[in-house]
Amino acid sequence: MRGRAHKLGDDVNTDYIISGKYKFKTLDMKELAKHLFEDLVPGFAESVRPGDIVVAGENFGHGSSREQAPLVMKEAGISCVVAGSFARIFYRNAINVGLPAVVCKTGSISDGDLVEVDLEQGRLKDLTTQRTLKFKPLSGIMAKILEEGGLANYIRKHGELPVEGGR
Amino acid sequence: MAKTIAEKILSKKGHRDARAGDIVIGDVDLLMAQDGTAPLSIQAFREMGGRKVWDPAKVALVLDHNAPSPSEGVSRLHASIREFAAEQGVHLYDVGCGICHQLMPEQGHVRPGDLAVGADSHTCTYGALNAFATGVGSTDAAAVMRTGRLWFRVPRSGKVQAEGSFPEGVYAKDLALEVVGRVGASGANYMSVEFAGDAIEGISVDGRMTICNMGVEMGAKAAMASFDAKAARYLGGGKFAPVIPDPGARYEWTEKVDANSLEPKVSRPHRVDDVVSVKEVAGTPIHQAFIGTCTNGRLEDLKIAAKILRGGKVHRGVRLIIAPASRGILKKAIEQGIFQSLLDAGAVPVTPGCGPCVGTHDGIPGDGDVVISTANRNFKGRMGNSLASIYLASPATVAASALEGAITDPREHL
Repeated sequence: MRGRAHKLGDDVNTDYIISGKYKFKTLDMKELAKHLFEDLVPGFAESVRPGDIVVAGENFGHGSSREQAPLVMKEAGISCVVAGSFARIFYRNAINVGLPAVVCKTGSISDGDLVEVDLEQGRLKDLTTQRTLKFKPLSGIMAKILEEGGLANYIRKHGELPVEGGR
Repeated sequence: MAKTIAEKILSKKGHRDARAGDIVIGDVDLLMAQDGTAPLSIQAFREMGGRKVWDPAKVALVLDHNAPSPSEGVSRLHASIREFAAEQGVHLYDVGCGICHQLMPEQGHVRPGDLAVGADSHTCTYGALNAFATGVGSTDAAAVMRTGRLWFRVPRSGKVQAEGSFPEGVYAKDLALEVVGRVGASGANYMSVEFAGDAIEGISVDGRMTICNMGVEMGAKAAMASFDAKAARYLGGGKFAPVIPDPGARYEWTEKVDANSLEPKVSRPHRVDDVVSVKEVAGTPIHQAFIGTCTNGRLEDLKIAAKILRGGKVHRGVRLIIAPASRGILKKAIEQGIFQSLLDAGAVPVTPGCGPCVGTHDGIPGDGDVVISTANRNFKGRMGNSLASIYLASPATVAASALEGAITDPREHL
């Protein structure tokens, strides 16, 4: 996948991704997507082009368990989120709804860089700076879930939770 | 090999000898979802081909975050939750019953050694009863409804060893803030945090819930305390099988806290881990004060606030909003005269539930407002207005500040 980087800082919490004042009212992710990162970067939603990539620092997605956070990012057209580290509930939720989440040091990437992510090879190429970064590809249960496009799809297809081992 | 509480519970529920780092598929004892997360869970459950939940007795749905409904949209979602609850025969705690994290322990849904999963990040609260309790998203919750199980990576553990006794005017919340300030917002990411020592043994189950509640504010997957006679009494007595960590169990870090030397603390806007002593920000004018939430809306909290407010009046220009954590707490507060004192002082009571904590209703601050709250999060915009600032503190500090109209050390009002 390839897209422009939207660079964010450390400790971006799920209230900043989608505020509680919107998310309780509706399951319409299109409606919610208009408010993506609203309190953090005013006008963010309008600036997203399909395929864009969110690039953040440490502890991305900490705070509430709201699954609307990765769902809204996906709905807005974000193809992948790359961060130095993730808070655990967000990380699980992202994979469970089929939004690739990549753990990778992001200090060398600037806002607006064109970035290409290869999930299987574990390679992130910044096409603007021509730098290539490596990351550990997903494995085990989480790789199986992402392959099926999320946990709901996985369980519908296989009738049970994924287990470790085999492929 | 010696095991932590997390390793013991996940080994038992996962039917294997598991260590930190291992993956287990655990049998779940309780699945909870609230009105902000249940609608997506129900949707995902259907997508998974779910028809009947695995065990209706082990599923509880709570309408607390946005209750009673402030809009048609919320009302529609509430109706869908009620309909699902009736169809499936699961526990439903409707509008006004209280906050999920008060109701689950209070109504007997949690026992020591349990594996509890909730579609809400503060599910870690139930660790106060020696359970492994963790927050997940809606799709994971749906997977539990469908299969009764969920996969977990067994977390590494950290330990907070708190000794001594709390000085007057210093409470469990101050300890929780002190620890979050030291460990940081991601310092316990993916970990289980055990709270031990005579300072923890010395406080009530309510206080332990306050402390475990804030585990997730340092990124923890679970937070827990040991089980004792106090906890058994809380559960109405009976036979329990507490989980005790083995001597020599592995902890990645240990934070030692001397309760005797603790002071009233606050988190400054807009980070929970930006913790200082109240005296450093004393005198900061406030516009709204809030006592409630899954952190500090319990009887003990209301009692402490009432004691400080008794005979006084909330400062002119300040709204003091009170949201008891459950209907049961509200009834007891009325019976014990606590509520009368709060009302006499000019407090504004709202429905038992989450109140204004999540920015949906019941007291959204105005532009430029400064709020002091007993909640667990002070992110910008958390209470519904990104132009407001939120300080977090104990019920005593919030009550004293409401009287003075400015952030105040509660020890001046004891």
